[in-house]
Amino acid sequence: MSRRAWRWLIPASALPVLALLAYGFRVNPREIPSPLVGRPAPSFTLTAFDGAPVTLEAQRGRVVVVNFWASWCYPACYDEAPVLERSWRAYRDRGVVVIGVDIQDTTEAAQNFVRDFGLTFPNARDPSGKVSVDYGTYGVPETFFIDRRGRIRAKHVGALTDGVVRVHVDALLAEPAG
Amino acid sequence: MIPELGYGAAIVALALALWGAVTAALGARTGRPALLLSAQHAAVGVFVLVTACFALLTYAFLTFDFSVRYVATNTNLGTPFYYRITGVWGALEGSIILWAWMLALYTVIVILRHRVSARAFYPWVLTVMLGVLAFFLLVMTVAAPPFARSSPVPADGRGLNPLLEDTGMITHPVALYLGFTGLTVPFAFALAALITGRVGDAWITLTRRWTIVAWYFLSLGLLIGGWWSYHVLGWGGYWAWDPVENAAFMPWLTATAFLHSVMIQERRRMLKLWNLSLVILTFGLTLFGTFLTRSGVIASVHAFTQGAIGAFFLSFLALVLLTALGLLAWRWDALHAQGALDSIVSRESAFLLNNVLLVAVTFTVFFGTVFPLLSEVARGVKVSVGAPFFNQVNVPLFLALIFLMGVGPLIAWRRASLDNLRRNFLAPVLVGVVAAAGFFALGVRSAIAVLTLALTVFVAATIAVDFARATRARLRVGERLFPAMRGLLLRHNRRYGGFVVHLGILIIAVGVTGSQAWSVQTETTLRRGESAELAGYRVRFEDLTASEESNHFKVAGAFTVSNGRVLGVLRPAKKFYPQEQSPIAYVDYRLGLNEDIYLVLGDFARDGSQATVKLLVNRLVSWIWIGGLVLTLGALLAILPERRKGA
Repeated sequence: MSRRAWRWLIPASALPVLALLAYGFRVNPREIPSPLVGRPAPSFTLTAFDGAPVTLEAQRGRVVVVNFWASWCYPACYDEAPVLERSWRAYRDRGVVVIGVDIQDTTEAAQNFVRDFGLTFPNARDPSGKVSVDYGTYGVPETFFIDRRGRIRAKHVGALTDGVVRVHVDALLAEPAG
Repeated sequence: MIPELGYGAAIVALALALWGAVTAALGARTGRPALLLSAQHAAVGVFVLVTACFALLTYAFLTFDFSVRYVATNTNLGTPFYYRITGVWGALEGSIILWAWMLALYTVIVILRHRVSARAFYPWVLTVMLGVLAFFLLVMTVAAPPFARSSPVPADGRGLNPLLEDTGMITHPVALYLGFTGLTVPFAFALAALITGRVGDAWITLTRRWTIVAWYFLSLGLLIGGWWSYHVLGWGGYWAWDPVENAAFMPWLTATAFLHSVMIQERRRMLKLWNLSLVILTFGLTLFGTFLTRSGVIASVHAFTQGAIGAFFLSFLALVLLTALGLLAWRWDALHAQGALDSIVSRESAFLLNNVLLVAVTFTVFFGTVFPLLSEVARGVKVSVGAPFFNQVNVPLFLALIFLMGVGPLIAWRRASLDNLRRNFLAPVLVGVVAAAGFFALGVRSAIAVLTLALTVFVAATIAVDFARATRARLRVGERLFPAMRGLLLRHNRRYGGFVVHLGILIIAVGVTGSQAWSVQTETTLRRGESAELAGYRVRFEDLTASEESNHFKVAGAFTVSNGRVLGVLRPAKKFYPQEQSPIAYVDYRLGLNEDIYLVLGDFARDGSQATVKLLVNRLVSWIWIGGLVLTLGALLAILPERRKGA
């Protein structure tokens, strides 16, 4: 290489650094592996806002999506509420249940939230915070995907999207029922 | 209404900025004044529109307009007035508005100051500044729009991050951003110099004060950040080598290097390539810092939320680096040095070494900051390096820098004679050695502490020697003492401003050394009425009180602090915010010149019968803030217009 051609190494020297930073997008620093993945889902019985009991055990044999939320959790919970409702309507006939667990909230604010978004899947308050402790939640929203045998198979931190729900739920539905 | 107005203003501003950047470039190429005038008008228009965006967002905050998604995310009905204002720039989207606003302000000032004085560079400077501004406006309209609508409109908002509820939040981001954005000006001039081929020292002379101003704000931002960390985060420290801190520290380091290396170019016509590279690097690092803190690529305690914005910043960083470095390569032939080093023992080489060290520190900080990424690429696991890495690598470099701080300003240019060295350094070296022995005799046993303190004394002595000699010279021609000293400071304000800044840094170094070497802490659980002792202080737990504040619930402990006599009652607390999972610590402290007593409340019994408290006695920390004040004075002195020629 001639002496003058070497000078183009100056701009070229920036490329590895830029490539390294671009690589950073492939990884998610917020992904906190949950030790619960692969373990049986902690059982719970709560009372839904409409007064009906909500029991995880009763859903055995179905794929369960447990979503922890709060009415003050703006904007993430506001963003994912329509997603959850859509998913529930799309999948309920295929053996999928969505359960909303409202934590650190007041009943009134939570009921307004459920009403404003027209949520029709079972939603219950976790008044003592016991369920959220059992599931080791760091914040809201967090969502757990539970297979037909009652084991936690995946955990999602942050607002759900249709794509995220589809990937996890379809995978669990594809597994043999037994 | 506000979302639509704000969004519209941002879009028009973006169009104007692009228009202005293009017309300024065309004006430079064709020499047609009408084009340049149009670009100027566009720049003023951008400033007005971004100001309007800023005002609209502030108004939305003050009136709790939750139809603006950003307002709903960062405030709630309980947020006090003051924090509704600081909340405007408390998170990602608003911080971009603040950034764009400052950049627009700088652009207008550049127009006012340089449209005549820097005619050759000015059109391209305008192009670069408006181009950078257009990028931030693009972020404002596409990637992180502050005026996005929320639907449905929530009845109440989420609330500001409680850690940001602090008075420092009005000054810290403002100072930091004034520093960051201010560095765009020298960068724009550097690019203009490369484009026009005028790579001599004209651009350096024109931007000298701009660089000092930006450097000063950056320093202030870092110091206030340290103060915030110290009195809000409640871990007793002021600097943690967190990625966000590093992101602001790196451009400060390279800007510091640049401030020194330009003196060699002015004096000896050397280092053209180096100076241009430093400015490009510095600006690149400000973008890198923004990228780092806003992309979520590297996890940090106070990173902004992640999103599409990372890709935007990375693309822009790539564009800036490749363009600027490409221009550098293109002008390669014009950038060959004319001068050469005459001797290793000279001011040039002292400054050069200072530059090498500063860049070395920058490199290690950069390496440590992106290490999690590197390790993931290499081994597939994310491993962070912590404070020990940064301290071990950088402390020796910092010590060498302090030593050079004493040598550089006094040693002769070109080649220092033995006589020059003896005249300037014999006394300071002796004083430094005596000081080292003195500190040892006083019981200082840590080698690093002795070395730092002795070096500090040595540098202070060189400054004293220089100042005394210059004053004496003036006394000899018949001036009186105080007028002579005042005249020195004002007429040679750049030199003596620099010395005062050095003194400020020395004082900060003493504070850092003291706090690292001699701070003590303990953690203990006390029943009501019980006391704990630490370093001569006695802390008695009196009681626990709970109170409902406007936007949180607060549990405060009362602790009587005494050292022989009662000093007062400190009330560290825990604040419970509904939107936060874990409580926020509220520390209480009593600052002193020698030491601070600093209390953090830990767990407590609900009935108030006992509480865990962390006691820290932090030594000499106050000198860091005092050093910051001295540095401020020095920077102001250096920023004053030079009066040497006129007077």
